[in-house]
Amino acid sequence: MAEKISSKSVLFNPLSKNNPVVVQVLGICSVLAVTAKLEPAIVMGMSVIAVLAFSNVIISLIRNTIPTSIRIIVQLVVVAGLVVIVDQLLKAYAYDVSKQLSVFIGLIITNCILMGRLEAFAMANKPWPSFLDGIGNGLGYTIILVIVGFFRELLGSGTLLGYQVVPDSFYEAGYVNNGLMILPPMALIVVACIIWVQRARNKDLQEP
Amino acid sequence: MLRKYLDRVKPHFEPGGKLHAFHSVFDGFETFLYTPRSTSASGVHVHDSLDSKRIMIIVVLALLPCLLFGMYNTGYQNFLGAGATEFPFWSLMAYGFLAILPRIVVTYAVGLGIEFIVAQWRKEEIQEGFLVTGILIPLICPIETPLWMLAVATAFSVIFVKEVFGGTGYNIFNVALVTRAFLFFAYPASMSGDKAFISANPICGIGGTVNLGADGISGATPLGQIATHTGGALEIKNIVGDPVSNWDAFIGLIPGSFGETSTLCILIGAALLLAAGIASWRIMVSVFAGGVIAGYIVNIFATATYPASFLSPWQQLIYGGFAFAAVFMATDPVTAARTGAGKYIYGLLVGIIAVIIRVYNNGYPEGAMLAVLLMNAFAPLIDYCVVQVNVNRRLNRVKAKME
Repeated sequence: MAEKISSKSVLFNPLSKNNPVVVQVLGICSVLAVTAKLEPAIVMGMSVIAVLAFSNVIISLIRNTIPTSIRIIVQLVVVAGLVVIVDQLLKAYAYDVSKQLSVFIGLIITNCILMGRLEAFAMANKPWPSFLDGIGNGLGYTIILVIVGFFRELLGSGTLLGYQVVPDSFYEAGYVNNGLMILPPMALIVVACIIWVQRARNKDLQEP
Repeated sequence: MLRKYLDRVKPHFEPGGKLHAFHSVFDGFETFLYTPRSTSASGVHVHDSLDSKRIMIIVVLALLPCLLFGMYNTGYQNFLGAGATEFPFWSLMAYGFLAILPRIVVTYAVGLGIEFIVAQWRKEEIQEGFLVTGILIPLICPIETPLWMLAVATAFSVIFVKEVFGGTGYNIFNVALVTRAFLFFAYPASMSGDKAFISANPICGIGGTVNLGADGISGATPLGQIATHTGGALEIKNIVGDPVSNWDAFIGLIPGSFGETSTLCILIGAALLLAAGIASWRIMVSVFAGGVIAGYIVNIFATATYPASFLSPWQQLIYGGFAFAAVFMATDPVTAARTGAGKYIYGLLVGIIAVIIRVYNNGYPEGAMLAVLLMNAFAPLIDYCVVQVNVNRRLNRVKAKME
């Protein structure tokens, strides 16, 4: 290995300093699509963690035998295979959520985070760090998904994980759920707020 | 006297004074009340006395007819709906005044509060841009919009449309219209239908109770009625079921958002803006032209599927917020196109798109708001194209001379 990276930084950097969503701005499309409610957001995050970790390991194991010219195809095949497995598992054990997520589980194949990590990390590192990298980036993605889903479900539907949290007395006093929160544009604005807060706290992330 | 008072308290706000933290607030008030005395120290500067504060004041003056008529109309609709037979002028005005006052206070308090905080935080002078926005927001919202919704929407648009882009003069979208769009998409039940546009309860003992939803009483706006119209001849009715003439719609005695019902008062405001040379006549004229052209075309292809296509082009102009958007929204100098030719294109497209949305999307009875916001996004592109065309024409002229 040319450079020594500690397993700890591989695992924890993607959580905040090098977060795939708010720093690298990858995988935004699924953040818009699946975060109207908290539950699908969590399930989507778990699926991405699983697919990302295992595809990282598999690609890392065979990284020395893949011819460079067809590496993208090989990566896609591995990812697609894992995504189909996850999709089938969800259909078997969490059918309702699977219906809500509809095509977006399938679209994990095209999630930029996956290709990015495979290209940038798994192709050049051993299986164990690759596994940690997959878990870390998946977690970084999931955190953002959960934060966005939390605010959108709380303000848009007045519920969390399907349970009503805004008390009835609020509604009687004239409170109305914010319908705009359910629409995709608000997901972008919530992500923008997260980026805003994060860059305000980390000066070295600010572009000049 | 005021000057003396300002001079007396000024030292507190100078660097080192105990109230220095609020110096931008003081600065804002001082320059608002008096022309700043500070002059440039070097070189020659030609300075027009028409600074942005004076522009804003004139726009507010131009909005006054709409505001006053809105008060009258709010009272009138309430009295009419409550079954009154006499309409004493001052009672109507008092009712409307009491209905709109809390809304104006809330928008100004929220909007200016955020501006003051941001200005203090960035150590900048207070920008006066909210002066006009704060009066526009209550004018373009239905009178029954709950106060907390107004506060939330105002806060949202001041922060996300104005401050994050750098404050007054840097916003790409019209702040007041985004406030309305936010309310429209976030709380559709409170922003449309037949309950939102009529103030239904007595205020401080003035006015009556309007039993909306009872037989024959509906507070739907003309465009709302048209959008939900099915079958039969189209007849627009007022709140107690009498037919509405074009003259009523022009004068503004129809249900609608607070300040936009009266095309007459909007035209008075337009005349004032044009006389003062503040708003662009190019934009105003081309928005109306676009509306009339699109109105004619949709009227030729009128079908029962889209009932609004039966309106004559002139009715398109007097109903809903079209005229208000043309005069006060599309001409916003910050968000409109800035090149001469660009203004014609911009205005024409605003007019055409407003009518298209209004006619061909029954879900959105009023398209003027969305049309202006859409064209706000395209204004820089229009300007770019106009400038490029001009650059190319000049280059070709030079080339022709060289040969």
